[in-house]
Amino acid sequence: MTVQLIAMQLFSGLALGAVLIMVALGLSIIFGMLGIVNFAHGALFMVGAYAGLYVAGLTGSFWWALLIAPVMIGLFGMLIERFLIRPLYGRSPDDPLLLTFGLGYVLVEAVRIFFGTDGIPFSTPAALRGVVNLGIGFFPLYRLFVIGVVVAVLLLLWVGLEKTKFGLIVRAGSADPLIMRVLGVDISRLWLVVFGIGVGITALGGVLAAPMRNVSPEMGTLVLAEAFVVTVIGGMGSLPGAVIAGLIVGVSVSMTSLFAPEMATIVMFALMALILLVRPNGLYGRAAPGL
Amino acid sequence: MTNGIEKLALRPIGRRAALFGLAGVAGTLSMPWIARAQAETIRIGFPTPLTGPFAAEANDQVRSAQLAVKLANDKGGIAGRKVELLVRDDKLNAGEAATRTLELIEKDKVHAVVGALSSAVQLAVNEVTRARSMLYISISQSDTINEIKDFSPYTFHEALNPTMTTAVVAKHSFKKGSKVAYLVADYAYGHEMLRGFKRAAKEIGAQTVSEILHPFGAADYSTFIPTILSSGADILCICNFGRDQANSIKQAVDFGVKDQMKIVVPVLLHNQRLAVDPEVFEGVTGGANYYWGLEETVPSAKAFNDAFRAMYKGTIPTDYGAYGYTGVASLLMAIEKAGGTEPQKVIAALEALKYDIAKGEQSYRKCDHQSMQSVLVLESKAKSAMKSDADLFKIVAAEPASESVLRTCSELGFKS
Repeated sequence: MTVQLIAMQLFSGLALGAVLIMVALGLSIIFGMLGIVNFAHGALFMVGAYAGLYVAGLTGSFWWALLIAPVMIGLFGMLIERFLIRPLYGRSPDDPLLLTFGLGYVLVEAVRIFFGTDGIPFSTPAALRGVVNLGIGFFPLYRLFVIGVVVAVLLLLWVGLEKTKFGLIVRAGSADPLIMRVLGVDISRLWLVVFGIGVGITALGGVLAAPMRNVSPEMGTLVLAEAFVVTVIGGMGSLPGAVIAGLIVGVSVSMTSLFAPEMATIVMFALMALILLVRPNGLYGRAAPGL
Repeated sequence: MTNGIEKLALRPIGRRAALFGLAGVAGTLSMPWIARAQAETIRIGFPTPLTGPFAAEANDQVRSAQLAVKLANDKGGIAGRKVELLVRDDKLNAGEAATRTLELIEKDKVHAVVGALSSAVQLAVNEVTRARSMLYISISQSDTINEIKDFSPYTFHEALNPTMTTAVVAKHSFKKGSKVAYLVADYAYGHEMLRGFKRAAKEIGAQTVSEILHPFGAADYSTFIPTILSSGADILCICNFGRDQANSIKQAVDFGVKDQMKIVVPVLLHNQRLAVDPEVFEGVTGGANYYWGLEETVPSAKAFNDAFRAMYKGTIPTDYGAYGYTGVASLLMAIEKAGGTEPQKVIAALEALKYDIAKGEQSYRKCDHQSMQSVLVLESKAKSAMKSDADLFKIVAAEPASESVLRTCSELGFKS
């Protein structure tokens, strides 16, 4: 076991962390702002990948898929919010939870009917194939690209939430919707947009994952578990929490892979249990809004 | 990428046919009075994981099994009786499979069970059929099912088993002095394949340099790859199944593993090769029980493919799919010879059976009821070498049925 191997393993862990952050981000945004536990998250991730496949097939370009598919699914998310979730605001938090849980099943079944149960190939775009020498070892160019996209998305989110008027309203709206309403802000429209953004980011995660994990109707099942582990460790609804937790989980999985590979998946859940024992609200958690 | 979307457009046709087939089965089931009215119908229970990561293979099994049933009914039935297939989703879960199998036996009063697609699930089905003295033709790879502790005189193993698969694959891909790294799914299938490969490697003189057990159904394999790359292996042997195979090979190739070592798998899966691009699998070598390309040399394979094409709009049968056909068809041959479904007579008929229905001569070994049959070694073709979308593999070798690749009866614990 050389220093180089350990360094490479550490880097693989950070890269995996970036993938996990992408997977957890949409879930975290929607919970943080709207207080909705979105159980359709995995299914929307999968639908995003299929939308990417569809757009890529039509346009022949991965880049258009990366751009158009998340917007398409984001708009679809807004329809979900408008017609399915909005009637449930103000009721028990279990209601949207059950609704999205069922919605997840419907989406997976629909994809099975239209696209079949088999996996469908999704090539790595030609420009991003191959490996890059990092000095400590070789790493796929595509995964480096994914890290770049995740950093860009995080920056955009941060600027959008912290530096714009829209962000200010969103943050205020999540803190106290009633006062915002009194001040004349249309909270319904705000939540519609936030839900759409959350779903769009989830779909973007699906498109990004497609060349790495293949596209199949079940690809969202594991993602849902991963996303929950990361958001719970980070603190439900906290964006910095999701980022830190994603990296911690990635590195833990990677280091476990080196010493006890068969434990690689379990370590995620063990870590979650451990952190919940010490910090019941997660690393950056506060008591859930609206609960 | 366009490749993917073309497939997408092609897919619904075959899929729809399968859906109709399933709907037909479901329809018949929801009308139990029909089954009862024709008390003489031969009913075959067929548990298989229609949903989950092995769904692609399971759906192919159903299609092939339905072909075997259709052919039997078309020629007037077996021993003068109609045949019916009762398909159940075992959800790739041992408990679910045991419950469904029990229902098939107790409620649906099946005469025999054929099926299961995971080693662990198949052992659960075997537990149930053994306890109820029910005929069971198992069609997924397992080594333990041949061993005396799991053996039941009512169970026949139509699939290859890990010992014979790995012996043949290793013979054609390992050399003396080869350095082999293993990436293995951490459950029965992976463990048995690993054990088989190591047994063969020892005989050949190949050396193990790394051994990684990965969790079953892992989504990301990136964290296992640095260890593999630094192991200095010249062969990476990936022992997993279904979607795990496509995902792990794809990710290994992304990391440039193929530039340093050859990738070998125990079973090269038709559907998983279709799930990723040809470049990913190019040069990957592995074993198989069946490949449609056998039709060039084996007449029964040609007949099977033609019947399949006729029933399913020109599509071809796949490896694990073919087990559905050979499992059901061999059982029906034995029932015909026995003149009915009386278990002891069918067992005697199966033990004496010589059959060639899809891939050349096959017969069941008396001591452990393992089907003696050829093992194919396949190599995945480069895109430029493919003559059609279904022309996936080159047949490197077809090792004929032989006891030499099996553990001996006494090794398995049987009195010789």
